[in-house]
Amino acid sequence: MAAPPFSVLAMLRFILTRVSLIIPTFIGITLLAFFLIRLVPGDPIETLAGERGIDPARHEQLRKEYGFDKPIIVQYGIYLARVLQGDLGKSMITQEPVLNEFRALFPATVELALCAILFALIIGLPAGIIAALRRNSIFDHGVMGISLTGYSMPIFWWGLILILIFSVQFDLTPVSGRIDVLYYIEPTTGFLLIDTLLSEEEGAFWSAVQHLILPTIVLGTVPLAVIARMTRSAMLEVLGEDYIRTAKAKGLSRLRIVALHALRNALIPVVTVIGLQIGVLFTGAILTETIFSWPGVGKWLIDAIFRRDYPVLQGGALLLGVVVMGVNLLVDLAYGLINPRIRHTR
Amino acid sequence: MRAVDGVSLKLEEGEVLGVVGESGSGKSVTMLALMGLIPFPGRVKADKLIFNGRDLLTISERERRKLTGKDVAMIFQEPMTSLNPSFTIGFQLTETLRLHEGMDRKAARRRAIELLEQVGIPSPESRLSAFPHQMSGGMNQRVMIAMAIACNPKLLIADEPTTALDVTIQAQILDLLMTLQKERDMGLVMITHNMGVVADTAKRVMVMYAGQIMEERSAADLFASPQHPYTAALLAALPERSEGGRLATIPGVVPGLYDRPKGCLFSPRCAYATEHSRHVRPELRPWAGGHIRCHYPLGDPNRTAAIQHDHPIRTETAS
Amino acid sequence: MTTETMEAPAVAAPTATPPHPLREFWGYFSANHGAVAGLVIIVAVVLVALLAPVIAPHDPNITNTALALKPPFWQEGGSIAYPLGTDPIGRDILSRLIHGARLSLLIGIAVVAISIVIGTVLGLVAGFFRGLTEIFIMRLMDIVLTLPSLLLAIVIVAVLGPGLMNAMLAVALVILPHYVRLARAAVITETSKDYVMAARVSGAGTTRLMFKEVLPNCTAPLIVQASLGISTAILDAAALGFLGLGAQPPSPEWGTMLADAREFVLRAWWVVTFPGLAILITVLAFNLLGDGLRDALDPKLKR
Repeated sequence: MAAPPFSVLAMLRFILTRVSLIIPTFIGITLLAFFLIRLVPGDPIETLAGERGIDPARHEQLRKEYGFDKPIIVQYGIYLARVLQGDLGKSMITQEPVLNEFRALFPATVELALCAILFALIIGLPAGIIAALRRNSIFDHGVMGISLTGYSMPIFWWGLILILIFSVQFDLTPVSGRIDVLYYIEPTTGFLLIDTLLSEEEGAFWSAVQHLILPTIVLGTVPLAVIARMTRSAMLEVLGEDYIRTAKAKGLSRLRIVALHALRNALIPVVTVIGLQIGVLFTGAILTETIFSWPGVGKWLIDAIFRRDYPVLQGGALLLGVVVMGVNLLVDLAYGLINPRIRHTR
Repeated sequence: MRAVDGVSLKLEEGEVLGVVGESGSGKSVTMLALMGLIPFPGRVKADKLIFNGRDLLTISERERRKLTGKDVAMIFQEPMTSLNPSFTIGFQLTETLRLHEGMDRKAARRRAIELLEQVGIPSPESRLSAFPHQMSGGMNQRVMIAMAIACNPKLLIADEPTTALDVTIQAQILDLLMTLQKERDMGLVMITHNMGVVADTAKRVMVMYAGQIMEERSAADLFASPQHPYTAALLAALPERSEGGRLATIPGVVPGLYDRPKGCLFSPRCAYATEHSRHVRPELRPWAGGHIRCHYPLGDPNRTAAIQHDHPIRTETAS
Repeated sequence: MTTETMEAPAVAAPTATPPHPLREFWGYFSANHGAVAGLVIIVAVVLVALLAPVIAPHDPNITNTALALKPPFWQEGGSIAYPLGTDPIGRDILSRLIHGARLSLLIGIAVVAISIVIGTVLGLVAGFFRGLTEIFIMRLMDIVLTLPSLLLAIVIVAVLGPGLMNAMLAVALVILPHYVRLARAAVITETSKDYVMAARVSGAGTTRLMFKEVLPNCTAPLIVQASLGISTAILDAAALGFLGLGAQPPSPEWGTMLADAREFVLRAWWVVTFPGLAILITVLAFNLLGDGLRDALDPKLKR
């Protein structure tokens, strides 16, 4: 095989294939969101209009606008076209476009999710690696036991327990929100950790950090457990490979063998798992945000359910689905970058 | 459990030693012990392990690592899995050079290209950025050899270097190894289950069985007149030595770690086994210019009488 | 080349007959202490659930405002009559937990049963008919898998309306893809084997083949997935209950109990602590059992 070892063309083809693979998923998600409203018992226009009711003239106008007089397939086409133009309807409560509301709240969720995954990685990766290196030691059994417990954790309860311990018992951390009410921070990036630093307000950054600690632990617990378990088993598998023996035969130091030769290969399945955890993170964010009154998209969605704000539910679910899909795609591409075998076989 | 027991071997500079035996006879384990590569929980309990005047058992882990990969190098059976799939050939090759020879990036790269040339890889420069899965098994084994000889080792251990390769490639790799050995005058241990490979390469041969040395002598003598029944049986299994259409085979299999017989380890499969050899394990003793571990060496003029005296087991079935 | 053909001697026949598969399975399973612990906990929970009316000291729904928020018996103000204390409207927490065990087990088993039946049928159909049917089913499952499971469940419940039944349906749908994938993979590996060919040649119909020949051969992974599925179902249903979308008050479902107790977290730690602990222990037990079953049933994963 005289194929060039690293060709831009192969890379491009790899990316294009992966991108094209998500199109059916995207159509599936829009179909789901489209039928969602029609599954709610009653007239869809009245569902969309809310409980206050609607006068017949406006009703007829909306019927035309949404194409409810046309065949279902045409209706879906109209819906899809609207979605692609970024029109996801308006909230029945605030009359704000759903996309705008989502945009305003999304950074809070992302900030929380990023902190949670970082927390999970910083603890989970080393724990898994050390557990693998000291297989069957007390440390190994401990890590495995704790991670299975973390994996089984009802995180909505875990959040309450942490509040009990850290906020009620020791008064160390605040109970809800993103930052103390004393501060008003103009959203520049939407990420409070950055915005507070930019604002130069005394103590604002520290307040934001304090508010982040408990939600981060709660949201990071399940990914932490999964990452620790996965890292351990991947590491164990890789350490038994022939090329590790080769590395030892080269006289490399133990640290270099573990941290470079073994870890690079063990990370491949771990990255996949982290990718799959992104979906779990958004699920967890819904619960975490509810417990800590965190003003993100998760809490927004739950609130929408209780307010029967169907456009928000429809649009929000669609957007979250698309975000998860996009993250999965990015993980897939990253997977190709760190694993040359994948990159070349497609 | 003792996987390997009572093995003593000595190798002069520039000598080629063939280590033969069936699968599971402890050839590889012996050499891994020598390299300090026995996987946990295995341990090496040797009386002496001396390389180039230094006792490998007493020097520190760090000192020992300075030797492995530099003065003692090893290549393995499976070239496709022995190279790290996530790193380029160039990276894996220069890694050794930078570690042991302290070369900078540029120098290591130049040397890597030279090495790839020496092991007969065409257009070596472009190969540096290739990954192992992009090359054939033969090419990868050449890379492994290049990596092993990178720091001019005094001893090279080749563990079944050709077994996983196509027949046509096998001869090329063997030629390459022999050429390199002669050019550099390095010691070479060739581990194989292939008697033919040994015949082509080794000056001295060590026959191993179930973790013990059975016979050890110069290759010419061994092939001309094998002294151990096991050696004789291995040689009889060579296609070029077969008489008639059928190949000779040795009945039975190598005993595992836990079912080793009490007496001579080969006795359950030996055509000349006696009550005595079933119960008393023979010692490795000097014999006919080498060493042997057998009660009744084939070249012993008194062996028929000795066998008769010790109550032979297979007399009825042997003929 | 030398040949290394070694004829196995006739004397070296296997010494003992292989142990009975069930005995062998138990051997592997019982060596795993975690799995045994999981099994013991599950048996205990099942017993508690079955005997709930007998062993519960009080009626789970009787309210008594005079007894509101009594702490557990070992704390000052607690009494042994209400060992784990009472909730804000004076119901006995222990009795509610005991009755809640019935609900949680029912949810876990019913959800997984629905999922297994539908999932297996879909998977078998996809694996047998291939082509467009397969693409359609598997793509649909991929989409379900792509969406965060709780989000999907929430959306479904939001549309169907809150309640235990709808929550169970939603969770069943969310865990469906695992069973479809398992069944399909099993069909595809099994149908390429000789015995299915033989059955086909001898004129067995497709339906018969599916259920009589192939299904028994993919039970092991299905059992493992079922055990892990029960834990997911209990956890997700409790989460929906906590969000107010699952079982509705005054049902003693553990997640719903937590939702009620939330606002009292600052005043009465026990109303929050015990229901969650019950969820954690039960889910952990099913996960331990699932891990143990997988190790014992799948020799390929053993090292």
